[in-house]
Amino acid sequence: MDGEIAALPAERGPSAQAVTLTINGEPRPLRIEPRVSLLDALREHLGLTGSKKGCDQGTCGACTVWVDGRRALACLTLAVTCEGHEVTTIEGLSAGGELHPMQAAFIDKDAFQCGYCTPGQIMSAVALLDEGHAADDGQIREWMSGNICRCAAYPNIRAAIRAVRDAAGGE
Amino acid sequence: MSGVIGQAVSRIDGPAKVTGSAHYSGEIALPGLAYAEIVGARVASGRITSIDTAQAEDAEGVAGILTHLNMPKVNNVPLLPSLIGGPAPGETFFPMQDDVVHYAGQPVAIVVADGLEQAQHAATLVQISYAETPSITTIDQGRADAYEPEKIFGGLMPAQTRRGNVEDGFAAADLLIDAPFRFAANHHNPIEALTTTAVWDGDQLTLYDSCQGIKAVQLTVAALLGLSPSKIRVLTRYVGGAFGAKAMVWPHVTLTALAAQYVRRPVRLALPRGQMFTSCGHREEQEQHIELGATSDGKLTAIRHHKISITSPFDDWAEPAFGVASQLYACPGFEGVHRLVRGNTMTPTFTRGPGEAVGVFTLECAMDELASELGIDPIELRLRNITDVDPNTGHPWSSYGLRECFERGARRFGWAGRNPQPRSERHGNWLIGTGMATAGYPIAFFMHTQRARAHLYADGTAIVQTATQEFGTGTSTVMTQVAADGLGIGLRDVRFEFGDTDLPNAGSPVGSNGAMMVSAAVHNAATAVRDQLITLAVSDSQSPLHGADPAGVVVAGGRMTLAGDANTGETYSSLMQRHIMSDAEAIGSWDPPPLDTPHGLLTFGAQFARVAVDADLGIIRVRHMVGAFAPGRVLNPKTARSQLMGGMLWGMSQALLEGTHMDTRHGRWANASLGDYLVPVNADAPDVDVELIEVEDHVTGPLGVKGVGEIGQVGAAAAIANAVYHATGYRVRELPIAVEHLLAHLPSGPASAAAGAQPDLT
Ligand code: FES
Ligand code: FES
Repeated sequence: MDGEIAALPAERGPSAQAVTLTINGEPRPLRIEPRVSLLDALREHLGLTGSKKGCDQGTCGACTVWVDGRRALACLTLAVTCEGHEVTTIEGLSAGGELHPMQAAFIDKDAFQCGYCTPGQIMSAVALLDEGHAADDGQIREWMSGNICRCAAYPNIRAAIRAVRDAAGGE
Repeated sequence: MSGVIGQAVSRIDGPAKVTGSAHYSGEIALPGLAYAEIVGARVASGRITSIDTAQAEDAEGVAGILTHLNMPKVNNVPLLPSLIGGPAPGETFFPMQDDVVHYAGQPVAIVVADGLEQAQHAATLVQISYAETPSITTIDQGRADAYEPEKIFGGLMPAQTRRGNVEDGFAAADLLIDAPFRFAANHHNPIEALTTTAVWDGDQLTLYDSCQGIKAVQLTVAALLGLSPSKIRVLTRYVGGAFGAKAMVWPHVTLTALAAQYVRRPVRLALPRGQMFTSCGHREEQEQHIELGATSDGKLTAIRHHKISITSPFDDWAEPAFGVASQLYACPGFEGVHRLVRGNTMTPTFTRGPGEAVGVFTLECAMDELASELGIDPIELRLRNITDVDPNTGHPWSSYGLRECFERGARRFGWAGRNPQPRSERHGNWLIGTGMATAGYPIAFFMHTQRARAHLYADGTAIVQTATQEFGTGTSTVMTQVAADGLGIGLRDVRFEFGDTDLPNAGSPVGSNGAMMVSAAVHNAATAVRDQLITLAVSDSQSPLHGADPAGVVVAGGRMTLAGDANTGETYSSLMQRHIMSDAEAIGSWDPPPLDTPHGLLTFGAQFARVAVDADLGIIRVRHMVGAFAPGRVLNPKTARSQLMGGMLWGMSQALLEGTHMDTRHGRWANASLGDYLVPVNADAPDVDVELIEVEDHVTGPLGVKGVGEIGQVGAAAAIANAVYHATGYRVRELPIAVEHLLAHLPSGPASAAAGAQPDLT
């Protein structure tokens, strides 16, 4: 081995820095390294464990949150890039202890089993209605396909989305 | 008694799960927590020649690194399936005890750091050199050295199943079906990865572990580390799916405990998705070859069913393929033989519908072929062969219901009037086909004594406890119902407490036994408390029930009354207050019947599927699935339906999507991610109808529950494969079925004229 290289100090990335994220409407100051994902910032630094880690690779949707109201995969988003943006997580969905209609519909239609994909499914499902992508089952199936449910509650997830859509007067 | 059993109650853990407040194993806040990352072996076979951790140790935040050079030695513990109730390591091999590498991904170092990213980064800095030796990672590579083990499945099952004389059966047959099948390996991939957090307090260890059986974790870690189980407590309430991946206790759990001991801090290890393919077993790559003999009127005379599969260097593990396959039909001759190839993979394990999901696939595809050859309707062919007794023992089934499953399923599906001719229905460019299959799943009485505690307070509310965990089966909801029913109080007055090894013993819910065994203990605990108070009431001269026959007292809404005279009685509360009792408590226990109980033990069902195959591209879409099942007593139709639906969609996935493929050059799985290993997404999942047929069973515990965890998957893949044949006229004999299998056999394909001809497997 080259002695000169061996003598170099160990590899170090940029160190932790102060960031203030806005999560569910509240400013949350924290110190994190730039490489920390939004998902790990939420789960490991802020104690907001409602957003789940299923793959950490952008393939399962368990970490779905909203950034400025749009669906985003928190595992593929660096937390420091969210400064100045509004992040909404499952913990921010039900105001004042009342379940959001989508949360209630998921319980009513038994749209989950283990529940691990569920926060991500619900964040996607609510966004889907806002996006206007729930006109029929074909649309729901396509636009919900970024969220894997290994328990395969899919037909019941569709039923929950239909129930909320129809109660809101359709699209 | 209160009528809450059988109600479609919504999950009691629902509010916690939909708001994100349900805590899974990796979500417990702990002061001083450090993060662990495993380094997996890069080669599939060989030795570690050097390992240099200096650079990693110097990386920011690193608290400690364990390799085979400084890892404490652990005890050897035999592999025994967790359903037995003892220590249950997933493989007899334990990593980092020496420098030998048996499979790619085998843990060779574990790095602990202050932060998750620091641990992940430092793990990449561990420098390891290997002396690589040639590996065997597929059946084809090891076929020449295949052997017949004495026992399989952790020593629980014989490798052979035989009855009657198959040669006589084949000699008596008018028609023979001979069908070889191949199956890719499968990985469970629950969405929550296996995750362990270990916390030492002196010589006491607490584990938060994503598992299917907290008792199994406690006993396994105790056995490996030579600790008393009384020193280990496992706390696990919610588990993010399991499907068999978390049924056995894999090395990473004990590695995390050892790492926490080494760095003297709490340590959490969450397996990255890629390591989920080399850390918790898999359904092994396998081939099955079935031969059927039958008379011209469709009566089976002989079945020969052979399986070859690949196991690890250390364990004779094969999913048992011939349980249900040998029991569904009254065929006089049966021969089932498992053969194994030793390879450089970890020990395979239970995967949903273990063994039966594949064995029944093979049988039911062959039955479909037989029906086609004989020109007999597939359901009619089954009806000519089903049996009221277990053909292996001659014992009557503990409960049956298969005929009703065929009837109700067929009606719901619209099977009647089906044109049996392949390629007989076409909508635009879609070839439409329908198929069916029989389903079955064993009831295994391997478990030890099950226990639960019921504790009733003088205000009429209760806490009922047992050491189980909720991984999506609905057990926390269903056991609340069973407890409320047994105590005769309202659902809201019961809190079901679980997820702690300090609570009374419950076995690992595996093999679809959870609802049966846990409900038996909970029922017995609840009714024991009820009976204590009824006994007290009838002997109390101040009670309106004084002198009554205890057997003639019923309880509902917390009030004991004479059966048929609701006006005579009193509440638990008034009785308890009069006796200055603040509470009443009982342990309920249940022992399964002996293994040689004179009953045939299976749950039955029937599966139906409609598929559409693109006539040019061979793309397969499942349009509709119907399953009819007879799972004994249904405790909660809402959660039971969901489990069966999930199982059926797993069957769809088994048929069309799931396969882990080996890169034999490196001996590594080639598609170890959720991007490359296909599991169904919403767009893949058709609507699913589930018919529940309740059958009375007096053998399977006090409530007559059988099980719904796996049977949904069994037969579903066969129904789809049979429907693909009906749509295209071509039988694919490999799973997952892919476009490539069909392309040459579509209407516009080169082999179109030969549609329906036997496939060439070469
Ligand atoms: S954890 Fe982000 S997509 Fe899977
Ligand atoms: S509910 Fe288990 S993964 Fe969706």
